[in-house]
Order: sequence, then structure tokens, then C-alpha cells
Amino acid sequence: MLKIVVCVKAVPDPKAAGNIKIDPQTKTLLRGNVPMVLNPLDKNALEAALQIKTGMEVHITVLSMGPPEAASIVKECLALGADRGILLSDRGFGGADAFATAYTLAMGVQKNGDADVVFCGMASSDGATEWVGPEMATMLDMPVVTMVREIIPHADEAWEVKSALENGYRRMRVRLPAVFTVTRDLNSPRTLSFSGIIKARKKTITEWGLDDLGVSAERVGLKGSPTIVTEMRTVENTRKVEFIEGTREEKAEQLVQKLVEVGVL
Amino acid sequence: MKDDKSPVWVIADQESCNLLPVTPQLVGKSRKLADDLGTTVEVVLLGDGVDTQPSNLFASGAERVFLGNDPALAEYHPDVYTDVIVGLAEKHKPQIILMGSTSMGRELAPLVAARLSTGLTAHCIDLNINADRVLEQIIPAYGGEITIVCPERRPQMATVAQGVFPLPALDEGCRGEVVSIDGPFVHTGRVEILEVVIEAPEGIPLDTATCVLAAGAGAGDLEGWKLIVELSKALSAGLGCTRPAVDEGWAELETMIGQSGKMVSPETYLGIGLSGEQQHMVGIAGAKTMIAVNNDKKSPVFSQVDYGVVDDCRDFVPVLLEKIRQYREKQVSC
Ligand SMILES: Cc1cc2nc3c(=O)[nH]c(=O)nc-3n(C[C@H](O)[C@H](O)[C@H](O)COP(=O)(O)OP(=O)(O)OC[C@H]3O[C@@H](n4cnc5c(N)ncnc54)[C@H](O)[C@@H]3O)c2cc1C
Ligand SMILES: Nc1ncnc2c1ncn2[C@@H]1O[C@H](COP(=O)(O)O)[C@@H](O)[C@H]1O
Repeated sequence: MLKIVVCVKAVPDPKAAGNIKIDPQTKTLLRGNVPMVLNPLDKNALEAALQIKTGMEVHITVLSMGPPEAASIVKECLALGADRGILLSDRGFGGADAFATAYTLAMGVQKNGDADVVFCGMASSDGATEWVGPEMATMLDMPVVTMVREIIPHADEAWEVKSALENGYRRMRVRLPAVFTVTRDLNSPRTLSFSGIIKARKKTITEWGLDDLGVSAERVGLKGSPTIVTEMRTVENTRKVEFIEGTREEKAEQLVQKLVEVGVL
Repeated sequence: MKDDKSPVWVIADQESCNLLPVTPQLVGKSRKLADDLGTTVEVVLLGDGVDTQPSNLFASGAERVFLGNDPALAEYHPDVYTDVIVGLAEKHKPQIILMGSTSMGRELAPLVAARLSTGLTAHCIDLNINADRVLEQIIPAYGGEITIVCPERRPQMATVAQGVFPLPALDEGCRGEVVSIDGPFVHTGRVEILEVVIEAPEGIPLDTATCVLAAGAGAGDLEGWKLIVELSKALSAGLGCTRPAVDEGWAELETMIGQSGKMVSPETYLGIGLSGEQQHMVGIAGAKTMIAVNNDKKSPVFSQVDYGVVDDCRDFVPVLLEKIRQYREKQVSC
């Protein structure tokens, strides 16, 4: 049986993330009550695992590190078809940069037992470093392929994948166990079904903290993070807008005029 | 650490044996950082048939090039490249390593950082040495900017997109030392590159377009996006987008403009149905004229442009297309 772990992150809803701002006075974050959702690309990561499951015997674990509220996105993944849900949650995990996050997730993967494949999204919508997958792979001593846009799984434990380049792609063969970070071109994620939600009600989420993972507090969270944020600033705008007014027709005409003036037309 | 005189490193990025512009851009910036630190700029260059390139790196400001010129290094290979760079870094202990946010850098940088157990900052838009001689790494965030540092571990690592820093003035007279890296370059075979396929991009390339049209979530759906595509053709503009357009599947990731996408420097920028988030706006450098169309007069995008049209783009763009067509007809008839 192929064991797949999918790393999923709870992120502020990208559709409302613009409401999170730096307070110009206190230089701290104004969180603006943005709801947490499943990171969009992690849906593609889960979908990749679910599609492989239709062709062979597969056990899928979703793994997330986050605050207790992140349980809701793990639950969502269970409803979408994952077999096991693990939430790594502990005060000590807070404030982690990509390195500490990758380490904590790697420890979670290890405790869960030998994984053949680990899927991540190419990037999270709020951190967007793209580092977590490759750094975790290094810590697990697995190879990684980033930006995967096509997968041909083989039973012989060497998968063929296509990975995007800015102007084309690489085709490669990867021996398992391996980590893959996926792009949205890979698949179209399924949506929640009623029966899935009912089935997920019976599935429980495993929660592991610092002690369960048996890791040193120095290696996780803020303490385990090599990088820190030292300053936040608001940015001054230097341009002053002139609104083009009038009816729709008039505005369009004036805009054409502007485009002629600046040499676009 | 205070009197650290260890070098600043750049990992070169090349395609078909030519340096990508991001490499001299990073060497130029490193020159400034190294001058502030009183140290040297060194470049690691891997490839096959790249042995004529070091002179370009010296002309850009590097003093030393570690050159791996070998058929086994022709293509970027994650395991081989990581091993070579980690080996060199462990021996020579650079205090800073910079890479481009290219497809190679985005994968290689975290592999190297994790092996060296150090910090790595993604897609920086500026780099400075502070009073403590620490590298300040600036990224846009939350409508403003944040500074990230890696205070204790070394090297300090960061990636930077092509176009963030200018190309340095070349000084062809500059010479430096070439240190060749000896093989054999072997890998365990866990990853095998079967083929690298280069696909020609569609449309007007964003990097060189004099007019860039970018659109975002406000396009609404694929139908709305098609109007945007049509407008880009009518204007002969390079077509870019914001992240939601990629997430929705309307546009390709390669056309995303901003911190984690492409940097562009058009003369005219036209932004439609986007909110002007820093992460997008930092991707537009030095545009002379900036125009925005947004249905919300209070949208932050309007504080960052010269001309604004408040309207629903799905209704406005068809009218604009018609007016452009009428203008063109008039041009032809007179
Ligand atoms: C670390 C990091 C890196 C990132 N890198 C990038 C990057 O490189 N590039 C990038 O683009 N983003 C990036 N993002 C995402 C970025 O923060 C914003 O989420 C994104 O740029 C917002 O895109 P948008 O303006 O299209 O969408 P929104 O912010 O949702 O704005 C949509 C706008 O359209 C307007 N609108 C809605 N309907 C209409 C209509 N019918 N007609 C006209 N206007 C309408 C609305 O008023 C609104 O202003 C990054 C985020 C993070 C955290
Ligand atoms: N806290 C987290 N919990 C689980 N997975 C994560 C977490 N952070 C990042 N990831 C995974 O790493 C990918 C890339 O994230 P990032 O490096 O933040 O861009 C995400 O798409 C997830 O698959």
C-alpha cells in the first residue's frame, strides 16, 4: 500500500487577505477578521493524492501545522476523501519561519510512519516562500521536484513527472520516497460532496504537540526560526490620481485620448 | 561576526550557456553589499560550455568565480548542484548567498539553505547592510514592507527576481580569479532529468513590452478575462495578471506580475480590476504613466496611479474596445 502525506495549510482567505494591514501607528498587524481557509494550491496537492488512489491502493494522511482553528481545514480534507488527519498544534510552534515549519512537518511525517510520497502546494497564499516542500524534503532525506504539473505514477516506485520552468518544462524520473510540490495545472480539485461530509463526521483528527513529536523547543516555532521580522512599514504613494469622469462612452473616449497621448495607440 | 570579512556569493543562473540577466544584476548589487562590508564578491557558475562567462562576471563586479564546467553540470540537477554548492559553501563560508527567483533558484535555494541549516528569504525587493553588518532583506507585505534578518546563522540567504536590481555598468578591464571546481559530479540517481523542453511564450513578452496591461480578480470569470485578452491585443500590450487570475485558471503563472512573479518596466501600465496590493505593484518599476480601472472609487489602486476610471470593467472594456476600433478606423481613413 502506497502511503501518501499531503501537507495542507490554513491561510487567511486570499479573497479577503487585503484586509490584513500594517497599523501605521503601532507598526503591528491589523488582522481584520479574515476567515481561515484551505490554501488553494493544497487543494491541488490533495487532489493529486486522491486521483492516484483511484488507480492503486493508497492511504492518504493530511498533515497541517497551525493553531487549533486549523482543524477545520483538516476536517475539510477528510471530507474530500483523505483517510487520516493530523494537526500539529502547540504554542511552541507559533511564529515559525519556513525552516522551522519544514522541520516540524518533517517530524510529523516521520512520526506518522514511512511515507512513500509527500505532496505540498507549490506555495502558500500567505507565506508564498515555496520553501517548505524542498526544505522538508532535505530534512527527510528525500528528493524533491517543485512545480509539478503532470504525474505519471508507476508501480515500480519510480514516477515520471513534468515540472514547470518559466519557459517550458522538465520531464524527470524520481525514485520514491519523494516530495512533490504541485501547481494548479496538475488537476482540477473536486468539491465537497454531501456524502463526504457525512463520512468525515466519523473520522477523528489526531493532534500532536511538542511532547508528542518529541522535539526540542529550541528547534520549532520562533526559537527554531533562523529568520525574524525586525520591522514593518507602510509605504507612501508618490502618485496623485486624476479621475476620468463622465458617462461610460465619455470615459472610454477620454481614455483612448490618454492612450494616444502616451503613445500606446 | 562583527568583523566578518567572508565573501558575498552569487549563484549564477544560465540558459544555453548565456548568463540570465538576473546574474549580473545580483553581482552588481553584491558589489555594493561587499563594499559596505569591506569584502569580496564571488560567483559560483555551473554549466557546460560556460568557461567564457567569467569575464562577464568580473566586468559586473565579481572578484572570483568558482567555475564548474562539465557535461555533468550542463543542466540544473537538484542533487548535483546542491552537493557542489553546499560543499563549496562549507569550505569557503560565505556570509551571504544570493540567487535569482528563477525556476532553478526557487528550488535550489531552499535545498542549499536546508542543508546549511540557515535562513532564507524569498523574493526580496531590496537588500541593505545595517549598522550591525547584518543583511536587511526587504519584502512587500500587508500593504507595506517588512524587513527580515537572519541574525545568527550563516550564510544569510535570499532570492531576488530578475529586474529588481539594475544591470551594473560593465567594466571590461576588470579581471579576477577563476577557481575551477573539479568533479567527478555524481548523483545517487534518485532524480533523473529525462528532458528539458523550452516552449516559446505566446503574445508580446512582458519583459520588453512598452505597454503592460494587467488584470486581476475583478475580471470576474473566464468570459471577463477574454475581454481583457482582447483589449491587450487591441493595445499591442504585454498581458500580465495578479495572483487571483492565476488561481482562477484564467492566466498562466508565467504572466503574474509582482514580488513572486515577473518584474516589468513598461512606459505605460494599465491595471484593470485589481486592488493595487504591494505584492503586485512592486513588479512595475518606473512606469511613466499608470492607469487603473476599478469599480470601487475607494480601491487602494487609485492612490498609486496617475489616471483612474471608476467603472465595472466588464461593461467598460467592451465600450473601450469599440472606441479603440473607431479611433483606428479614423486613422486609416485620413
Ligand atoms: C508573499 C506573497 C507574495 C505575493 N506575490 C504576488 C505577486 O507576485 N503578484 C501578485 O499579483 N500577487 C501576489 N500576491 C498576492 C497579493 O497579495 C494580492 O492578493 C493580489 O495581488 C490581489 O490581486 P487582485 O488585485 O487581482 O485581487 P483583489 O485584491 O481581490 O482585488 C480585486 C479588485 O478588483 C475590483 N473589482 C471587482 N470587480 C470589479 C469589476 N467588475 N470591475 C472593475 N473592478 C472590479 C475590486 O474593487 C478590487 O479592487 C502575493 C501574496 C503574498 C502573501
Ligand atoms: N503550516 C503548514 N502546515 C502544513 N503544510 C504547510 C504549512 N506551511 C506550508 N505548508 C506546505 O508547504 C507548501 C508551500 O508553502 P510556502 O513555503 O509557505 O509557500 C504549502 O502549499 C503546503 O503544502
